[in-house]
Amino acid sequence: MLRVEGVEKSYPGAEGPVPVLRGVDLALARGETLALTGESGSGKSTLLHLTGGLETPDAGRILIGDENVGTLSDRGRARLRRETVGVIFQQFNLIPSLDVASNIAFQARLAGRHDPERTRELAEGLGLSPHLAKYPEQLSGGQQQRVAIARALAARPALVLADEPTGNLDETTAETVLAAMLTLVRESGAALLMVTHSDRLASAMERRLHLEKGVIA
Amino acid sequence: MTREGLRALLSHWRRNPLQAFTLVAGLALATALWSGVQAINAEARASYDAAAATLGEGRFAQIVDSDGGEIPMDTFVELRRSGWLASPVIEGRLNGVRIVGLDPLTAPGGLGPVNLDSGTEVGTFLGGEGQVFGQTEALDAIGDLGPERVADPDVAPMTVVTDISVARELLGRDGANRLILSPDQPMGRPELSEIAPGLSLRPAQGGTDVARLTDSFHLNLTAFGFLSFAVGLFIVHGAIGLAFEQRRPMVRTLRAVGMPLNRLVWLMAVELLGISLLAGLIGVALGYVIAAALLPDVAATLSGLYGAQVSGTLELRPVWWLAGLGISVLGTAAASTAALRDIARMPILASARPRAWAMRQAGGRWLRIGGAAGLVALAAVLVAVTEGLAPSFAALGALLVGAALALPLVLDACLALAARGARSAQAEWFWADTRQQLPGLSLALMALLLAMAANVGVSTMVSSFRLTFTGFLDQRLAAELYVTAEDEAQAERITEVLSPEVRAILPVQWVERDVAGLPAEIYGNRDDATYRENWVFLEAREGAWETVFAGEGAVINEQLYRRAGLSLGDEIAVGPGTRLPVVGVVGDYGNPIGQVIVAEPLFQRLYPEVTAQRYGLRTDRPQEIRDLLREDLGLPEGQIVDQSSIKAFSLQVFERTFTVTGALNVLTLTVAGFAILMSLLTLAALRLPQLAPVWALGLTRKRLGGLEMIRAVMLALLTTLAALPLGLALAWILLARVNVAAFGWRLPMYLFPADYAVLAGFAVLAATLAALWPARRLARTPPGELLKVFSNER
Repeated sequence: MLRVEGVEKSYPGAEGPVPVLRGVDLALARGETLALTGESGSGKSTLLHLTGGLETPDAGRILIGDENVGTLSDRGRARLRRETVGVIFQQFNLIPSLDVASNIAFQARLAGRHDPERTRELAEGLGLSPHLAKYPEQLSGGQQQRVAIARALAARPALVLADEPTGNLDETTAETVLAAMLTLVRESGAALLMVTHSDRLASAMERRLHLEKGVIA
Repeated sequence: MTREGLRALLSHWRRNPLQAFTLVAGLALATALWSGVQAINAEARASYDAAAATLGEGRFAQIVDSDGGEIPMDTFVELRRSGWLASPVIEGRLNGVRIVGLDPLTAPGGLGPVNLDSGTEVGTFLGGEGQVFGQTEALDAIGDLGPERVADPDVAPMTVVTDISVARELLGRDGANRLILSPDQPMGRPELSEIAPGLSLRPAQGGTDVARLTDSFHLNLTAFGFLSFAVGLFIVHGAIGLAFEQRRPMVRTLRAVGMPLNRLVWLMAVELLGISLLAGLIGVALGYVIAAALLPDVAATLSGLYGAQVSGTLELRPVWWLAGLGISVLGTAAASTAALRDIARMPILASARPRAWAMRQAGGRWLRIGGAAGLVALAAVLVAVTEGLAPSFAALGALLVGAALALPLVLDACLALAARGARSAQAEWFWADTRQQLPGLSLALMALLLAMAANVGVSTMVSSFRLTFTGFLDQRLAAELYVTAEDEAQAERITEVLSPEVRAILPVQWVERDVAGLPAEIYGNRDDATYRENWVFLEAREGAWETVFAGEGAVINEQLYRRAGLSLGDEIAVGPGTRLPVVGVVGDYGNPIGQVIVAEPLFQRLYPEVTAQRYGLRTDRPQEIRDLLREDLGLPEGQIVDQSSIKAFSLQVFERTFTVTGALNVLTLTVAGFAILMSLLTLAALRLPQLAPVWALGLTRKRLGGLEMIRAVMLALLTTLAALPLGLALAWILLARVNVAAFGWRLPMYLFPADYAVLAGFAVLAATLAALWPARRLARTPPGELLKVFSNER
């Protein structure tokens, strides 16, 4: 499903380019769950962004199915994010002016795969049914993250990317949200790549890789 | 995808109705003021065109008498016989209506707007008592004079068209005022000077006389409309900038979930197009209301200042609707280009946090300083080395834009100075926070600066004008009573009876004729101390009145002096075969045409057919003389007017003339007040993250609300102080440059500190009212809202 081969990425710094990823390789099969751990600044979020086509690598290849994300145009990467990938951010990134129901269905609608039944199931599975008419600002952090998870899964993506999905939540809420996310991802058959610095969360995944100073340790 | 994207974008406005209202209202107001002014201009121009069609002005070459007199019909016949395709026109006024007599058989433009398409009608027109064509208003005013009255909406306002023979009879004239020439003249005809040496040829012009004369007035109105539009655009620019900034997180999310960037930018452009069309429609409708309300006063102004007749009712013109929508769309495009460009260039993973939207505007400090200094210098150079209307307006524009650019820098310097004196932690925070808010409020404050400066400038001009005009009336209306005789016999009787009773009888007698190629009135004044004691010369030769009353010189008004480019000593034709040197120039405010004053005996010799029927009476016993006129001579009350009544009437006309300017002033200031309100309200939403820490550290919400109020009022006051010198500079350019080019007179500039204080009071009041709502909202913000700032990003 996902193959990352020799990926490198640098960012400009005051004293020249600062390498963040120095040749990362990893693979993820369909339906598999993988935790990517590492200290702050180890490059794990950058790798996730590159995988989701939010940024482009300086070197190496990222293949999702048969598509090389790095060689896609901006339009092509947008299509990939719309149709193939579901991204869950630490900061939720909901659309504040749309209600919960519209937020959940949004990406599926963009991808032309909106299924009201699927939206209802996801809302129910994540305990969001009573909140469908509410707006994001009226929800707690945990509820907002559940909406973000539902949105990412509503379009039935082949790959789910989660960037510290429980980083903004308290421990109990984090447990609940993670459990719901894993259940739904497994049910959908998607692959899940989750970035986290928490060993406890990582242990819930089938596999884990540790990133250190831009390389897989 | 397009539908979903648009839905998401539009949902922002649904959730932020105040912002949507700001945008639509700002754009609608800007469009309204602009299109209102354009509607007035269009209506006036349509009236001029109708006048041109009626009178043949400008369209055809003309033959006129070199000394401005009438052209005998024999001369016309002789010209026709020698091959000149000329057609006579007789013009004059009757009961306030312009009578135009044309010869339908020879006139190159036929009867202008009057359509005679059958022989029978031409027969009626020419035969019997004839017909007069005009708008209902003109026909009512002229009354039943014999000829059949036919309503025709295409004839110019307050004008009637008729056959030349009817006009001759109605006006009691023999000769023609001018001869219109057909564009296709036969070859080989003799020179004009051979047949009629006293006549001269006036070539066809691009536009009508009245249109050229009033261009300056319309340019004035357009400039005002544009200023209002610019002030409105400040609101739109602010609203769009803020809306886009607030939607940064949404843009990031939309892109993250697969919306291509170019589609997103395209959708935003479509969204703005829709909003601008909606606002444009509302604006054009509002503009129609404004134009309809102001048009009667504009018509009065044009009539008073230029003698141009403009219809007092507004027609709906499709071009005007389209132009209004167009300007709304263009204005939105201008105000949103930067915001759209920012979105297009924004990296997908750029911070979604609305970065102190306003702080971005702080960038390019040196660019602003350079721009402001450059524009003010340009204005100074234009004023110093150029003349005329267009460079004067360019100078005004450069000065205003330069000052607006400089405003945030000046305010920031003032605040930095104040911050140095801060002793308490709260004061330090207040000044620092105010400086931080400045970029966000600067657009609204610039709008306030422009509106205030325009108010100070225009009110100084109008008040200076009023003061000069009042002084001018005191000079000119020196006689205590004015009496009008019904006929010559009554005039003689009045003179006879009053001679032993009053100090002086001053006849008011004049003829209309061209002087130095311009329309003018020639007055025959009686030698009397009244003129020497009251009239003030702008320029004169030694013993000017003595020279005039000796029949050896003429006094002219400032308009004629400037427009004809005359100097003292230049000779002008004051009658058939008589030329006199100009010995003095007097101010003559509110009069559209030139004026020449010669001695009464000379006037009577030149124009024996004119007898005075109106007199000014110098007396110390006005009431007794009034009684005598009424009781012994049987004059009705309406024929006797005292000095104060005429002055009151003249001032009333003056005030009406400037109603339009006053109304536009008030509207512009209202728009600026609205800009401040909307800036404060929209910024209030972004303020919570800045205020929450201060609240958490111990300041009450009420106190925070109070400080927000003080901040707004203080900034408005500082802006008002900055607007004062700017407004005075504006007034100087208006008085010393624009007025001279537009009206032909230069006015002295007076200062009106009390008026400025009242204006400043209004500005502060507007700012207080504008700040009240956001401050009150802040003071009542639930603690939970403030706490949210600490709990997560949004």
